[in-house]
Amino acid sequence: MDYVIQIIFSFIATACFGVIFNAPVKAIPYCGVVGSIGWLIYYEFGMHGVDEVKASFAGAFVVAILAQALARKFRMPMIIYSVSGIIPLVPGGVAYNTMRNIVELDYALGMQNGMRVFMISGAIAMGIVFAEVIMQILFSMLRKGKTSIQSFVKVKR
Amino acid sequence: MIEKPQQNELAIDCFLLAGRIMMESGAETYRVEDTMLRMARSQNMNDAQSYVTPTGIIFSLGKTQPTRISAISTRVTDLHRIVLVNNVSRKLTSHIITLEEAYDELNKIQKTNYFLPVLLQVLAASFASISFLILFGGIWGDMPAAFIAGGAGQYVVTVMQRLTRVKFFSEFVATLAIGIIASLALYFGYGAQIDKIIIGSVMPLVPGLLITNAVRDLMAGHFTAGMAKGAEAFLTAFAIGAGIALVMAW
Repeated sequence: MDYVIQIIFSFIATACFGVIFNAPVKAIPYCGVVGSIGWLIYYEFGMHGVDEVKASFAGAFVVAILAQALARKFRMPMIIYSVSGIIPLVPGGVAYNTMRNIVELDYALGMQNGMRVFMISGAIAMGIVFAEVIMQILFSMLRKGKTSIQSFVKVKR
Repeated sequence: MIEKPQQNELAIDCFLLAGRIMMESGAETYRVEDTMLRMARSQNMNDAQSYVTPTGIIFSLGKTQPTRISAISTRVTDLHRIVLVNNVSRKLTSHIITLEEAYDELNKIQKTNYFLPVLLQVLAASFASISFLILFGGIWGDMPAAFIAGGAGQYVVTVMQRLTRVKFFSEFVATLAIGIIASLALYFGYGAQIDKIIIGSVMPLVPGLLITNAVRDLMAGHFTAGMAKGAEAFLTAFAIGAGIALVMAW
């Protein structure tokens, strides 16, 4: 029952963020699915006692892989799916607590929470970048097409 | 057939406009640079260089033409526009449309407002707020308060943004509204955990996406963009914290 609630509400939350970020209407349900799966992984890791930084990394990694796959399928930029997908993982609550601690002049707790925000958002970004790189290597092995980052790096040199 | 310099001038206009729309809509920095260069290469302009920051784009075709810049003052998240520009760029690079047609399409994209109706966005924010309330371990009885507070926050931020054009201020006022509604709900007995209500309701405003994008840009080597986005995220977070602090001080 608990899982059903988590799945439904993470789907609603992510799809609603798709609306707020003005994603194309056709893409919004897929955004919801991506976000829901990402949250479920984060939640499952959390339930098994893995700390939030590693759980965020795992969630973001899966979100980015799904986003890449959908982006290739529908020929849209990956950001459409990943932006709303990572929203449930983003440390909004901790960021809020940080700011609240700081404005209440509790600097020690504020710094502690601030470092948590930094580590979690770093883990999310790393998860996305790792997934992107791995998918690119995979796809360039599968077929000889240039991917965006690779072709970009080649031009710069 | 248009003469060569004029053709080049049009090409630069076209690429700059594409980059500008993408950057204003919140695309990743590397993707904007990549799109502009791809479009340039498809028109046989292989020496093209682009340098993109969140506040401006510098683009050059090499020796033949003067380098041009384009300043970017507003940044929102508008994924629909990114998709549309991406489609234009795809069509241009595979030579389905010409440069002139691409420029016309981009102009049309820039003039049109693709945002969904405000009411729908407010409803979305409301539903997102109650979902986050549950996801973060809130209780079911707090849902009405979070629904109203989240919707009100999104509405206030939209209206204030239109009125003042100062992002910091509109977020501050929106958080203030959320805090007041949450406190009132608690006062009249419609809410139990004020922290959970406020966290759920401010989620549509929290700069989590900006923070993550900033770290991501830093990792990709775009230090200017990463630092700029980080500063923007910090300002937003500070505005939200200040709004909450004002309510808490009562």
